[in-house]
Amino acid sequence: MADAHQNHHDYHIIDPSPWPLVGSIGALVMAFGAIGWMQGLRGADSLLGLPVTNPVTFLVGVAIVLYTMFGWWSATVKEAHEGHHTRVVGLHLRYGMIMFITSEVMFFVAWFWAFFDASLFADEAHQVARVAFTGGQWPPAGIEVLDPMHLPLYNTLILLLSGTTITWAHHALLNNNRKGLINGLALTVALGILFSFVQVYEYGHAPFAFKDSIYGATFFMATGFHGFHVLVGTIFLIVCLIRAMKGHFTPQQHFGFEAAAWYWHFVDVVWLFLFFSIYVWASWGAPLYQG
Amino acid sequence: MAGSTVAHDDHDHKPQGFVRRWMYSTNHKDIGTLYLIFAIIAGIIGGLMSIAMRMELQEPGIQIFHGLASMVYGFDGDAAIDGGKHLYNVFTTAHGLIMIFFMVMPALIGGFANWMVPIMIGAPDMAFPRMNNISFWLLPPALLLLLVSMFVEGPAGGYGSGGGWTLYPPLSTSGQPGPAMDFVILSVHIAGASSILGAINFITTIFNMRAPGMTLHKMPLFAWSVLVTAFLLLLSLPVLAGGITMLLTDRNFGTAFFAPEGGGDPILYQHLFWFFGHPEVYILILPAFGIVSHIISTFSRKPIFGYLGMAYAMVAIGAVGFIVWAHHMYTVGLSLNTQRYFVFATMVIAVPTGIKIFSWIATMWGGSITFRTPMLWAIGFIFLFTLGGMTGVQLANAGLDRAMHDTYYVVAHFHYVLSLGAVFAIFAGWYYWFPKMTGFMYNPMVARIHFWATFIGVNLVFFPQHFLGLAGMPRRYIDYPDAFTGWNAVSSYGSYLSGIGVLIFLYGVWEAFAKKRIAGDNPWGEGATTLEWQLSSPPPYHQWTKLPRIK
Repeated sequence: MADAHQNHHDYHIIDPSPWPLVGSIGALVMAFGAIGWMQGLRGADSLLGLPVTNPVTFLVGVAIVLYTMFGWWSATVKEAHEGHHTRVVGLHLRYGMIMFITSEVMFFVAWFWAFFDASLFADEAHQVARVAFTGGQWPPAGIEVLDPMHLPLYNTLILLLSGTTITWAHHALLNNNRKGLINGLALTVALGILFSFVQVYEYGHAPFAFKDSIYGATFFMATGFHGFHVLVGTIFLIVCLIRAMKGHFTPQQHFGFEAAAWYWHFVDVVWLFLFFSIYVWASWGAPLYQG
Repeated sequence: MAGSTVAHDDHDHKPQGFVRRWMYSTNHKDIGTLYLIFAIIAGIIGGLMSIAMRMELQEPGIQIFHGLASMVYGFDGDAAIDGGKHLYNVFTTAHGLIMIFFMVMPALIGGFANWMVPIMIGAPDMAFPRMNNISFWLLPPALLLLLVSMFVEGPAGGYGSGGGWTLYPPLSTSGQPGPAMDFVILSVHIAGASSILGAINFITTIFNMRAPGMTLHKMPLFAWSVLVTAFLLLLSLPVLAGGITMLLTDRNFGTAFFAPEGGGDPILYQHLFWFFGHPEVYILILPAFGIVSHIISTFSRKPIFGYLGMAYAMVAIGAVGFIVWAHHMYTVGLSLNTQRYFVFATMVIAVPTGIKIFSWIATMWGGSITFRTPMLWAIGFIFLFTLGGMTGVQLANAGLDRAMHDTYYVVAHFHYVLSLGAVFAIFAGWYYWFPKMTGFMYNPMVARIHFWATFIGVNLVFFPQHFLGLAGMPRRYIDYPDAFTGWNAVSSYGSYLSGIGVLIFLYGVWEAFAKKRIAGDNPWGEGATTLEWQLSSPPPYHQWTKLPRIK
């Protein structure tokens, strides 16, 4: 316990830590590198006189941020094993994760907002330039859409199945069945990776472009940010798999696993909204791509 | 604790060494102090920018910005005039962003809430002390990116981002293709991440760490105000993050979110922005409400009038604040029905706001009032915020807004509620808690002079702007017709007086630390009832190692 001779409460008074400062420096390098790189994509050869128009600076920033995440969460795991995660501290972590997911939900609200702004108001008469582009319809005239009952449905089933395998892992964990936990987690990770591959394949065969069209913009950015979250969720699950193999989780204390499971379900639910709105509803009656 | 380097001769258990204490900090009071210092520095930068703008506007014609442009960027002749015009817009943009993201929010939420919320609810620290520190340390990089943006290319051949703090496309996409806008966008991204993490921290702390016996309905109003603020941050900032990410991809990767020729819609950005932007103004003012409630109660020696009503008025303001955003967009071509709805919803907010104003007055009514410095600022707040609120009710009317939109009337309105409202509450909180945070008493005479210089100064700045706006003077221009000269001159003189007020403030801070007058645990007497006044001044490094019990 933290300073047990002094404190009469169950809260965790944390030691000074370098990670916040290091992470902030990483964020600065990443932002600066991203601007330089984007300038490079547009043909510039320097930013503020510095040769940062290649991806190197950005990737260095990403590396610092990833290093921070590793160091920070390793410390958190270590503190958990030292017994700092009392009942109330565990409650803090739960609240924190729920609110983090809430903020992520609001982030997706922005992308859905853009999608519904474009799809519901494709024929708004006073938006002359838009109507000229869309032909007053959604999907815009001339767009062939992906058949929702093909790969998107397949991916929906993959994600729903992964939702059941993570629940299998959770029940195994609660029953102190480490083999079941590892199997369930491994299967979930595999399904997550499979989903990502299918998504990449679909992107590679999409009949519409990313650039210069509101259809491509809303489709690729909404599904793309979802895909990024799948990637993050998969890494989170892989970390849990490694920790499960190391025997970190007990039926009583396994919040790291629960947080990953919550995050995975969030990713799953966002996909269902994407599937039913962007893939199914918005392509109703549109010409299907036969590629 | 494992690996702890706490020295046992140090009774307070402070970490040893500057880096460990201040850069690796996990202590809510030290982090709160860092936030306050940061806010003062950012406030001085943003304040100097506003004085430069007022110097420019003191007389018609272009006075100083062509000189600034040639000094900073090396422009000559006509290029200096054009550069000066753009630089003026860069200043309005940076002034707005700095004052909102790097002065008011760090002062009220990062500074005072970090310092006082854990103490007031009887908690030893925040729920996530380490995350608290990254909330702070993300801000200097964000401010740095914003400041650097002024020295890189914005529009073709010009420097800096001059599109206003709202970053509307197409001026923020095709209008200013240089990297300056990318710097601003990523600055806002990072500042937003800082605030989201802070919001998660405050909500968790307030829900889970109240001392035994302190139910939500017994919780001090400042904690209530921060709770509501944190929810607004949590739910609104990610939407802004999405919107400015669309700006980024439109600018650099060829998407068409805001490009009509690709089927996009520039008004979409305004919706996304103001879905964040309107809650943001309540984010700026709600903690101010909380601080003012405590000060009014303390110096009237009465409990706050209508405590529960005050708490739920803030909840109502926060909730309704999410469904009024398009009143910033009456002139963009919204349908009449949409405008009618937003007029109505906006006016509804006057009800809970009225509850707050009248409850503060009712608290003072029959109280035994002492006009010590925090009380002066708090009463100043009520007066100025009410004035800004009245002009707000007028601007809420879509019909009237046809004439007022983007005039100095709007500038006067939002400076009355924010620059005067929120900032007066910041100074009220500063003088109220300065003795608690430092252990030293400020010089009351210097503090009073600071108050009166500021009060007269800001009213001289902003009251005449109502007249200018009604007469049709548009905002965000470097120049104006001769007819507007008189009130512009008055407004500029006022800004110099406010600037002197800031110097008096800084002198007062220095003086208090130099003279070291011991303040005592509770300098305000029996009216000060919240938990911070039961601690020493300054409080121990870790307070409430034994949790207080609330009756």
